[in-house]
Amino acid sequence: MPLDQSFAGRTYPPTEPYEVGVEKIREFADAIGAPEAAYRDRAAAAALGHPDVIAPPTFAVVVSMRAGEQVVFDPALGLDYSRVVHAEQRFSYTRPVRAGDRLRCVCSVEEVTSRSGLDMITVRTEVATDAGEPVVTVWAKLVARGE
Amino acid sequence: MRAGDRLPEQAFRVTRADLVRYAGASGDFNPIHWSDRVATGVGLPGVIAHGMYTMALAGRAVTGWVGDPGAVVEFSTRFPRPVAVPDDDTGTEVTFSGLVRSVGEDGRAQVDVTAVCGGEKVLGQARAVVRLGKPDA
Repeated sequence: MPLDQSFAGRTYPPTEPYEVGVEKIREFADAIGAPEAAYRDRAAAAALGHPDVIAPPTFAVVVSMRAGEQVVFDPALGLDYSRVVHAEQRFSYTRPVRAGDRLRCVCSVEEVTSRSGLDMITVRTEVATDAGEPVVTVWAKLVARGE
Repeated sequence: MRAGDRLPEQAFRVTRADLVRYAGASGDFNPIHWSDRVATGVGLPGVIAHGMYTMALAGRAVTGWVGDPGAVVEFSTRFPRPVAVPDDDTGTEVTFSGLVRSVGEDGRAQVDVTAVCGGEKVLGQARAVVRLGKPDA
């Protein structure tokens, strides 16, 4: 079943804040084997000019993927998640995510297409602090293969 | 960093245990990244790495080349081919190499990243824009 094309341009309400913790950043950095001290140690981050421990570049996906689930799992969209592969990913940063950030996400559907058995959707997520400071914009393009 | 510089190869090993750990850390529990039964059921050769895990390793290569973990201002890639991870103790290996495409007067450099696993490119048009030198406090 092709995707509901009317989802294109749709914007969702802001998510509840996700509070970024020092130990979550450390856990993520350990999981990807990233050795940098600034992901674990406040003094090391401060030496680089950051007010707290910073997160590795792709950490924002922890927050954006969670937010994007409200779009991709919306039954009205008609996306069969078991057939989905991740096609593209992009991050555009205002500054690194850091410990103590309370991040809200606003998801928008940039593009929806169904062509020759392939369903494609691009979700853009604007990630900003609770106070409204922009931090990072995230794009994820998912493709669902036909039966 | 100067335009045209080739950045030294960095090779990272990926095992099933790494994928389980990444699933927990990232919150991406899609079973194609830990269950052969589910992965083969949807037509994959077996368990594959999260695309975002491979991208995270690319990010690790980039911050390693730049020497500043907070320098990345743009980071994008396509995922043309999955990284299959066998159920053994050695797993597989992904090798990252970099090319400095350009350095702007604004102190930003574009780095093109090539990721190879089993002789095939597993990231497409992977590039990072990085701020060179210490960031403004």
